[in-house]
Amino acid sequence: MNMKEELIIAGFGGQGVLSMGRILAYSGIIQDKEVTWMPSYGPEMRGGTANVTVIISDKRISSPILQWCDTAIVLNQQSMDKFEPMIKEGGVLLYDPNGISRHPTRKDIKVYTIDAVDLANKMEMSRVFNMVVLGAYLKVKPILETENVIKGLRKSLPERYHHLIPLNEKAIEVGMQHVKEV
Amino acid sequence: MAEKLLKKGNEAIALAAIRYGADGYFGYPITPQSEVMETLMEEMPWETTGMVVLQAESETSSINMLYGGACCGKKVMTSSSSPGISLMCEGLSYMAGAELPCLVVNVIRGGPGLGTIQPAQGDYFQAVKGGGHGDYKVIVLAPASVQEMYDFVGLSFDLAFKYRTPVMILSDGAIGQMMEKVELREPIKRLTDQEIAEKYGDWATVGKQPHRDGNIISSLSLEASEMEEINLRLQAKYQKIKENEVRYETLQCEDAEYMLVAFGSSARICESTVEMAREKGIKLGLLRPITLFPFPEEGIQKMLPQLKGVMSVELNAGQMVEDVKLAVNGKVPVEFYGRMGGSIFSPGEVFEAFSEKFNL
Repeated sequence: MNMKEELIIAGFGGQGVLSMGRILAYSGIIQDKEVTWMPSYGPEMRGGTANVTVIISDKRISSPILQWCDTAIVLNQQSMDKFEPMIKEGGVLLYDPNGISRHPTRKDIKVYTIDAVDLANKMEMSRVFNMVVLGAYLKVKPILETENVIKGLRKSLPERYHHLIPLNEKAIEVGMQHVKEV
Repeated sequence: MAEKLLKKGNEAIALAAIRYGADGYFGYPITPQSEVMETLMEEMPWETTGMVVLQAESETSSINMLYGGACCGKKVMTSSSSPGISLMCEGLSYMAGAELPCLVVNVIRGGPGLGTIQPAQGDYFQAVKGGGHGDYKVIVLAPASVQEMYDFVGLSFDLAFKYRTPVMILSDGAIGQMMEKVELREPIKRLTDQEIAEKYGDWATVGKQPHRDGNIISSLSLEASEMEEINLRLQAKYQKIKENEVRYETLQCEDAEYMLVAFGSSARICESTVEMAREKGIKLGLLRPITLFPFPEEGIQKMLPQLKGVMSVELNAGQMVEDVKLAVNGKVPVEFYGRMGGSIFSPGEVFEAFSEKFNL
């Protein structure tokens, strides 16, 4: 069976949305998959929200622009409003309830939560927030080997941050442990 | 096996320039292609290959630096986005007239005017039909992936020198900003001044050689009869390019009854539309022109006996569709679907438009 995962990650600029997508895409390459990473770079980015479309597939990828997605990772309210309707029937919505006032209502998708803001703060490292989310995602959708994700992380982080890799690894584990199905 | 990197289309252009032995890049920043020069500055090729990377004071200045570099037989290039390319069109006409090789990358954004920074394909006419004044053409390549952004830099330099003509890579914000897997090719060394003199000394201004008069490179010729000669020579060259350099790709066209024609990012989106149609049992194919000049007229014509209709799909108000219509020449209905100003269609929107136009 050919694997193809079409994923949208969306939140505020600065939450590490784009870099999370980049780590996934790099991990995909390490695992010999085809990948595309398509960021929003328009005025919406300058206005504070950011999103990225990541496609990981065994086969050549056609459109990098999606109409529907298999999974949406949602990290703020605007993104919830925009992307909940885009998830395919039977798809996955993963979100951090922190700052979400209108929770998802669809019954034909699987919904998961991860308290990534709280968990990252408890680790006294709010910057690994996105890695907690990434861990939660990989638990729900184990499309890539964790080992390759760590390699992907190494590839996409500048060397001056490589001393932070163990912390990031820890954050991925924490995310994996704490993701909850709603 | 060569290392596979995850790179943006714009970054791939920069890495390719260094690895294909470019001598100089001259540009001015503009979204959505600023990563080209940013990457070049980060890579600092002047310390390794000796390639010059220079931020000019304007696009007008960049293109004229290309003119100067190309006169000396150097591999020179620039990149910009729509409004910046408009500023370069005068220089492009001069370079075409003076028969100078160069590479110009246009990462198109929505227009007209200052427009917007999102992807569009509204510069098709400008690239393919002229842009600048006079009867000239540039070879236009339309990459649809990050790997092609990389590979077409090498191809562009080859074609530019083979025909002594400017070559344009016509990309857009989507391909420029998107990251994909890219495999770096074996690097090619920059030519030394002596090698340039040997290879291009018969036309380039590399210093007067004892066996010939000094070379003069100019696009000016006040004698009408001489200017007509130059034009005839240019037209003969464009004819040769048409005969030898057409490139295109087809997808699911073997049994197709309908065909989409799309280039660049639109073609990628249309690939998904073709998959959608096939799932519904509709025999739809896709023809993707890789060279926009020369346009794959024959590729389209070959398909006509089996087709009931053709739809050109573009991120503009309908530009390439005119060339599609010229190729089809009334033999089957030709429809158009597009969006403008930085808005992108989804594969499903293309499919809906296609079904509606052909009553399927």
